[in-house]
Amino acid sequence: MKPRHKRFLLIGGGLTTLAVAAGLVLSAFQKNLVFFFTPSQIAAKEAPTGKRFRIGGMVEAGSVKRQADGVTVRFVVTDTAKVVPVEFRGSLPDLFREGKGVVAQGQLGQDGVFQADEVLAKHDENYMPPEAKHAVDQAQKAAKTVIQ
Amino acid sequence: MKVELSALTTSPQVKQVNNAASERIHWFWFASPQTFYPLAGRMVPWFVWLAVLLCIAGTYVGFFIAPTDAQQGDAYRIIFLHVPAAWMSMFLYVVMAFWAGVGLVFNTRLSSMLATAIAPTGAIFTFLALWTGSLWGKPTWGTWWVWDARLTSELILLFLYFGFMALQAAIDDPRRADRAGAILALVGVINVPIIYFSVVWWNTLHQGASISMKSAPTMAMTMLLGMLLMALAFWMYSLATILSRVRSIILEREWHTQWCKEEIRRAS
Repeated sequence: MKPRHKRFLLIGGGLTTLAVAAGLVLSAFQKNLVFFFTPSQIAAKEAPTGKRFRIGGMVEAGSVKRQADGVTVRFVVTDTAKVVPVEFRGSLPDLFREGKGVVAQGQLGQDGVFQADEVLAKHDENYMPPEAKHAVDQAQKAAKTVIQ
Repeated sequence: MKVELSALTTSPQVKQVNNAASERIHWFWFASPQTFYPLAGRMVPWFVWLAVLLCIAGTYVGFFIAPTDAQQGDAYRIIFLHVPAAWMSMFLYVVMAFWAGVGLVFNTRLSSMLATAIAPTGAIFTFLALWTGSLWGKPTWGTWWVWDARLTSELILLFLYFGFMALQAAIDDPRRADRAGAILALVGVINVPIIYFSVVWWNTLHQGASISMKSAPTMAMTMLLGMLLMALAFWMYSLATILSRVRSIILEREWHTQWCKEEIRRAS
């Protein structure tokens, strides 16, 4: 075996070991690496209690209600299986929309309402011009009427 | 081939080595710094012009032809810089680690020089991806920065580039610097799949990929065109800067050879 073959094997072996080690570390961290918890995870009591964490999901359509004081907003975060009501005081990001993704940071209250101190809009990977969006909405509406 | 070789090479030692190599495998011809230097010099202007033209075309499509996004309005136009920059940052790291690894295994000088030349360009693209992403994040997400898996792993990539450059700069002997840098580059390559798949493996604030091998892109065609033009422009820019940087590195490291001295005399 030539020295360069030996070096090649050594580096290849080293990299394989490293990849396996990294894989093990990452799978061990799996739970701690999540940026947010989904409403289903919260319902299954997987979210930390008495600690700040983030909740992520969709803003349920028609659930956004501004309170009488004008700065407090209540909305419902859903992952289509479970829902969590959220209360937030402050200004919402531009992309905060009903039916769109959202990530809120805060604490889960005793009453089951999530008290958020920061709300971030989570954008999806779809990019389309307004006309296309309009067409998609129309098509979906048409499909719904047909089913009904 | 042999006639050309003996005409080009000056020191008898180099001639012997090159002849021995060329008898077996001809494609190592350009692996020598002396033959690669003029080749790179001829290629650089082409890549510069291609980069300029593609960049103009991409910017034009991005600003004037691509429609506004239904959700984000015009803020989405950052993708014409952000996405190609992020692609290049990851791709260049893999290429850098590859050449560093080849240099480590085969002791070929030019591969290590290439790895050294790639690092600054890769770092620039990583910084550009982070910076433009931050500018986009403020109006869209509502924050400049979050510690989610995608953003954090991309930041680690920037530190890996910086670490590679700092480590090589800290060691005076270039061959030892190459070896130390190569090990760092190879260990760091594990971060690239983590960046790429972070949005799949974990819940992140960063959205998933709009373009993948498996499914049709989830964006309008003209938007995609602008993005691909910019990606090509970044490729050409990278080739141009890396090749001209590797030429400087060759002169820096081989200055004591006869052909380098002649080259420097001719240039000055």
